Amino acid sequence: MSSPSTTLLASGCHITPSGCGFPAPGLDSFNFKPIFSIGSFHFTKPMLLALICMVLVVGFFWTAFRKPKLVPGKLQLVGEIGYNFIARNIAREVIGKKGDKFVPFLTSIFFFVWLMNIMSIIPLAQFPVASRFAYPVALAALVWITYMYLTFKTHGFVGGWKHLTIIEGLPKPLVPLIVVLEFLQNVITRPFTLAVRLWANMFAGHMLIVMFSAATWYLLTPSVYALFSGGSFVLAIGMTAFEVLIQFLQAYIFTLLASLYISGALEEGH
Amino acid sequence: MSAQLVDLAAAATGVKGNLGAVAYGLAAIGPGVGIGLVFGHSIEAMARQPEAMPIIRQNMFLGFALCEVLALLGLVVPFIFTA
Repeated sequence: MSSPSTTLLASGCHITPSGCGFPAPGLDSFNFKPIFSIGSFHFTKPMLLALICMVLVVGFFWTAFRKPKLVPGKLQLVGEIGYNFIARNIAREVIGKKGDKFVPFLTSIFFFVWLMNIMSIIPLAQFPVASRFAYPVALAALVWITYMYLTFKTHGFVGGWKHLTIIEGLPKPLVPLIVVLEFLQNVITRPFTLAVRLWANMFAGHMLIVMFSAATWYLLTPSVYALFSGGSFVLAIGMTAFEVLIQFLQAYIFTLLASLYISGALEEGH
Repeated sequence: MSAQLVDLAAAATGVKGNLGAVAYGLAAIGPGVGIGLVFGHSIEAMARQPEAMPIIRQNMFLGFALCEVLALLGLVVPFIFTA
């Protein structure tokens, strides 16, 4: 893997005595050499991690609910706690009674995103899958297709476009402006920001951890800089702890916004 | 364009470096204030009405997400415009 930490280790770059410049982590920390290639298709580490996450989520919920019992076993209990968290805190609160049939969708999204984010701090994996832009884009596209489909299904074709673009009760001169703004907001920026939010959070978080880890190694010399190295190490640990919080929060927010968009598509004209 | 701007700024002030970092600092001011307001008012609301905590917390995270995305767009912009 061509992560900056390994290139740093290989170069043996320290602040003293060579005084080589700090090899700041950049975009190259997010590009991996393919594990194997089939023709022009390259199988890389993020793909492997995403596959593992998918297998874990599917496998966990399949084994937990394979033979559901009235008095749940341990695994089923954990699965039910996870399912109920989404059902009560997100689907029921945001969408209401109609939200019950979207709980499986939202649960899968939440746990898949969360697990992909958690990969950032698992030893050996240590890469948030969502910091490659394609993964959040695919998930946001899924949400976009869902709520656009529901909009047109609930309101019909013309009604659907009205629902997406028109706010009732506005003064006449404002209408053309609001139509354009609402269209941009509902159809274009919504999925874009949904994807960017997850991507940029994971990207920045990973960059911070790599940055402090690299600085720890760079400053680690038998001199006064060892103190700074220690401080950097403490910050790297602190950032990792902070990332745990952010990872959960981003998965929660992604699911919350997905359910909000779905509820917006389902509600009667505003 | 941005390279010329950096050169211009460097020539005018004698400062070297990437102007993008300054731009992102400026871009983060607004969302910083916004996120502070969101959390501040939510905590105030929770203190006044602890029984409404779940719904306040949910809306707090919603407001937080909508503010935060502005700062994150600032992070994204350099990648778009240097390509």
